[in-house]
Parts: sequence; structure tokens; C-alpha cells
Amino acid sequence: MRELVSLLNVFCLLSLLAVGGGSAVLPQMEHETVTIHQWVTADDFATIYSLGQMAPGPNMSMVGLIGFKAANHAGMSNGWAFAAMLVVLLAFYLPSSFLTYAVSHVWDSFKENPWRDAVQRGMAPITIGLMLAGVYAVGKTASFNPQHSFHFNTLTVTIGLAVTAWLFLRRTNPAFLILLGGVVGWFFLRGI
Amino acid sequence: MNNPPAPTCPEIFRAFFRIGVTSFGGGLVAYLRDEIVTKKNWMTPDDFLAALEIGQTLPGLNSVNVAIIAGRRLAGARGAIAAATGLVIPGVVILVILGLLYVRFRDNRDVAAALAGIAAAAVGLLLQVTLKIGAKQFLNPLDLFFVLLTFVLVGLYHVSLPVALFLIAPFAIILRRPRKEEAK
Repeated sequence: MRELVSLLNVFCLLSLLAVGGGSAVLPQMEHETVTIHQWVTADDFATIYSLGQMAPGPNMSMVGLIGFKAANHAGMSNGWAFAAMLVVLLAFYLPSSFLTYAVSHVWDSFKENPWRDAVQRGMAPITIGLMLAGVYAVGKTASFNPQHSFHFNTLTVTIGLAVTAWLFLRRTNPAFLILLGGVVGWFFLRGI
Repeated sequence: MNNPPAPTCPEIFRAFFRIGVTSFGGGLVAYLRDEIVTKKNWMTPDDFLAALEIGQTLPGLNSVNVAIIAGRRLAGARGAIAAATGLVIPGVVILVILGLLYVRFRDNRDVAAALAGIAAAAVGLLLQVTLKIGAKQFLNPLDLFFVLLTFVLVGLYHVSLPVALFLIAPFAIILRRPRKEEAK
């Protein structure tokens, strides 16, 4: 039960801090769930994040799986783990949704306010910095992991950079490239 | 102007559910625009852009925020609930299945190797999205300073996100404050 309350606290706060989209809270989410609360391992976090990229709909629904794993980790039954998953999903989606719902009522009154533009232009680089920190938070496990061999890391970094470069050159559905990454991984990373 | 009749909540749910099932690979906002503006004619392009502006300014996922606003415009609070749940539920169900498979097969060598490749590719995707969205910010020295400051504080030193926001955001916003000559 205490674990459910902790999950509620962490993910409600993350919901309201997700300025500029869900990716902005990735570094904080990784730190809270892996290092501070140890609900999931760094490997689990990276895998769960990438599963989110493969599913349709909002990628960040993967937070539900973190709740599920956290409950498993605390020794709860599968029923409770599903409850934890729902708690996390509601905690992550409801607060920001309530805020959006309320603000969209009164939006017109400050749409013309010149400070709105200042807030957007000022927050943009912070969002980008947070997303970059998200790349680092997931990448330090998934791309360049000291626990893996040099050969393994070379391959994972290459897969990542290849996806980055490919997406700049061609319009491709990213889900396809991620699946392709899985095939390449299965073929080349198995023996290492 | 002859507006189409206002959709009912089940119709809203069905439309957003369809997006929730088919929108593999992110870029949800484009899927939303296609369905709401082009196919269903439920919002004008300008209305959609205004909804997107609110959705991007406020915390939370842009796609879910747009769904909330569009649903509210169409059918009030119940419309907002119908739109958001329709968008989110299919992905959650699929993720539960993927998650259970992961727990079951994570120790299998083949699955572990494939998952390592998938995670490595996901990092590449996030990096590309960051570089693409941030192209303007990376090329502007002042913006780049804030990008790196945020990255170092939150990413490397794990300064708590609310703390970092309250420390950095006021300066970033003040420096972009509205100037007299820009005001009409």
C-alpha cells in the first residue's frame, strides 16, 4: 500500500512537470524509479521505454509497466500489480489533463498576452535540454553500458546513430526502424 | 456555414480509439489532425492549431492534451473523457501484452538480444526527435546555453526537475520578455 502511494506521488508530480511533452520528464523519471526508489533496474527502464516506442498511441503509456514492475518488485500479487499499473497511468495522465481542461476554458483571455510568447520561447531550450538528458538517461544503459563489452557497445551505438541518420534522410515510420533494430540486435548481439 | 451535427460521445470515443490503435511510431499530432480536421470536419484547421498551442504550452503529453481540448469542444467534459480514453486505452492494452511477454521471456538469450537492439534503436529515435525539434535552439547561442545548462543540471547532476525549472525558467523567460518596440 505504501508503495502505491509512493508511485502516486512520483507520477502525479511528473505529470505536472512534463513541460513540452512526455520526453522532458524522462531523466527525472529514470532517476526516481531506478536510482531513488529502485522499482526497476536500469535495463528494465530502457527496455520498457523502448516497448513504449513500439506500441501505438502515446509512447508514455509505458509508465504503466513501470508501476507493474514496481509492484512485482515489492512482492505484490499480479492483481495488485495491475492495480499499481492503473494507479500510475491515472497519476501520470490525470493531473495534466485536468489542468489542460481547466485552462482551455480561460485560454482566450491570455492568448494575446505578449508574455505567452516569452514563456514559450524561454521554455523551448529547457525542454530540449531535458530531452537531451532523456537521451542520456536511457542511452547510458541501452547504448553505452560499461557492463557490456566494447564490441557490444559499438554495435548498440551504431544502431542508434544509424536510426538517427536514417530518420533525417528518409521519412520512415519509426516503429519499423525500431523493429529492425530488434532484428539486427537478435542477429548480432546474441553471442556477445 | 453549415456545421456538421455535434458528434456523440460514442462517436468521439470510436474516432480517437481508431487513432489509438493505428498510430504506430509516434507523430500522434499528425494522426489527430488528419482525423479531426480532414476526415471528420469536427474542427477548423485554425481551431486545431489553437488547441495544439494550448496543448504544447501546458504540461502533459501534447497528444493527450489536444484530445482533451478537442473532446471538450465537441461534447463537454464527457467528450474530453471519451477522446482521451479512446486515444490511450489501445496502447495500454498492447503494452500490457508486450510487458507480460517481456517478464516471461526476458531471460531468453534471443529475446534479450532483440530487446537490446530495440532499446538501442529507441535511443536513436529520441536523439533524432530532440535534434529535429531543437534545431533552432541548438543554433542560437543563448538558447544553446540554456539547453546545456538544463542538460548538465538535470541529466548529469540529477538536480530535481521542479528545482531546476524554478531556477532556470525565470531567467530563460525574462531574457525573452516582450519588448516595447515589438508590442503593437
